[in-house]
Amino acid sequence: MDLKLKIWRQSGPDAKGEFREYPIQNISKDSSFLEMMDVLNEQLVSKGEEPVAFDHDCREGICGMCSLFINGRPHGPDDAITTCQLHMRKFHDGETVTIEPWRAKPFPIIKDLMVDRSAFDEIIQAGGFVSVSTGGVPDANAIPIKKANADLAMDAAACIGCGACVAACKNASAMLFVSAKVSQFALLPQGRVEAKERVERMVAKMDDIGFGNCTNTYACEAECPKEISVANIARMNREFFAAKVC
Amino acid sequence: MFQTFVGNIKDWELTIILSSKYLIMSNLLSLSSVAKKIWMSLMGLFLFTFLLVHLSLNLTMITSPDSDLFNEAAHFMGTNPFIQVFQWVLFAGFIVHIILGLTLQFQNWMARPSAYKVKASSEQSFFSKYMIHTAVVIFVFLIIHFLNFFLVAKGLVGEIGEVNIDGVVMEDMAGLVFDLFANPAYVAFYIIALLFLGFHLDHGIQSAFQSLGLNHPKYTPCIKNAGRLLAIVITLGYILIPLVIYFTK
Repeated sequence: MDLKLKIWRQSGPDAKGEFREYPIQNISKDSSFLEMMDVLNEQLVSKGEEPVAFDHDCREGICGMCSLFINGRPHGPDDAITTCQLHMRKFHDGETVTIEPWRAKPFPIIKDLMVDRSAFDEIIQAGGFVSVSTGGVPDANAIPIKKANADLAMDAAACIGCGACVAACKNASAMLFVSAKVSQFALLPQGRVEAKERVERMVAKMDDIGFGNCTNTYACEAECPKEISVANIARMNREFFAAKVC
Repeated sequence: MFQTFVGNIKDWELTIILSSKYLIMSNLLSLSSVAKKIWMSLMGLFLFTFLLVHLSLNLTMITSPDSDLFNEAAHFMGTNPFIQVFQWVLFAGFIVHIILGLTLQFQNWMARPSAYKVKASSEQSFFSKYMIHTAVVIFVFLIIHFLNFFLVAKGLVGEIGEVNIDGVVMEDMAGLVFDLFANPAYVAFYIIALLFLGFHLDHGIQSAFQSLGLNHPKYTPCIKNAGRLLAIVITLGYILIPLVIYFTK
């Protein structure tokens, strides 16, 4: 298949970026989106041009490194997958594909399509530690946990921190990410010890970095490759309220 | 007009205004994003309950055979000491909701300085994208609505007739309303503004519950449907009033 790519090119963090068009031919519909980008870059290198910089690592949807805002949607036109899991059969021959980086003030562009997502690491760090008893290996069922809570905590922990929620949100809000990280601890007895301080510090850090506020549009949930539920945001609001009032 | 308005404010009312101004300026803006949203939703739900009371009183204009019932209700609302104090709480609710809404919106705009070139719609709550726009229309409407009725009733703008009901002389609020809605331009303006109120409520009601952390796999779909239904019922209820008055009175 032949495509017309419109890609955001920006030589550095402070450089002025612009869209450039790249026609590309004979792409297999069975190749992945990132393989198509690899083909483009090989062509650019062979022509002596600068290849397009983009983030990627595991290429199996678990590391959270790939990003890309493809035709107006984070991780492209398919639901519940990352860009590396996206295949070219989702596009049609001759289509114009616009590829942009995540756009948010807390995610500054490093180069082309790569953004600095260390803001997320700062929020995780602000959450602090989890107290655990040291010593011998604990008995498997020493701490009873409700099956429902264990499932919800696992669902929240599925967040890979890719930043699609921030990219999709019209306010560039990180509420879905932060709420998933708060929830995965808040739902388990091990996480209850520091629950109050954790939610307060993570929310404070999130505000401090300059993410937008949640207006409950639920675009984050619609675009999350791991289908993290906005019920986590409500849980974080409850946790925050309880931390302030109780 | 403002001078007259300020001149009419009593000492205790001034104390409330100044202390709320202090509270708003010192605390409100320094709240965290989540705390702002919690206050935003509490004030939103408070204003929503006011809409219900206001609608139930206004509907007496078109459900009652004469306008005495509405005039008596308006007279009660305008003279009852509890209501007189409570109206300042209501104004404070409006101010907090507006200031927080603007603060949140400016922060949201600042969080994305450069826009996307292509943006496909992935929002699940349609009117959530336009809350600030519907809010601006409602705010303009509110000012005109105040100039049309509230400030006239308080004797600050225009003139209002009097009626004598069972020996009590009171303002002819119903007459004021009937006169205004004899003008089709006002009827059209009120209908359009009220539609925007409906759009604001459609997202606002369900969003308030989410911001307060009230999300449940079983009840949240009911809250969303009930919120939409209430938004429709309230909007239609309000729209009915100028329409019925224009065509029948």
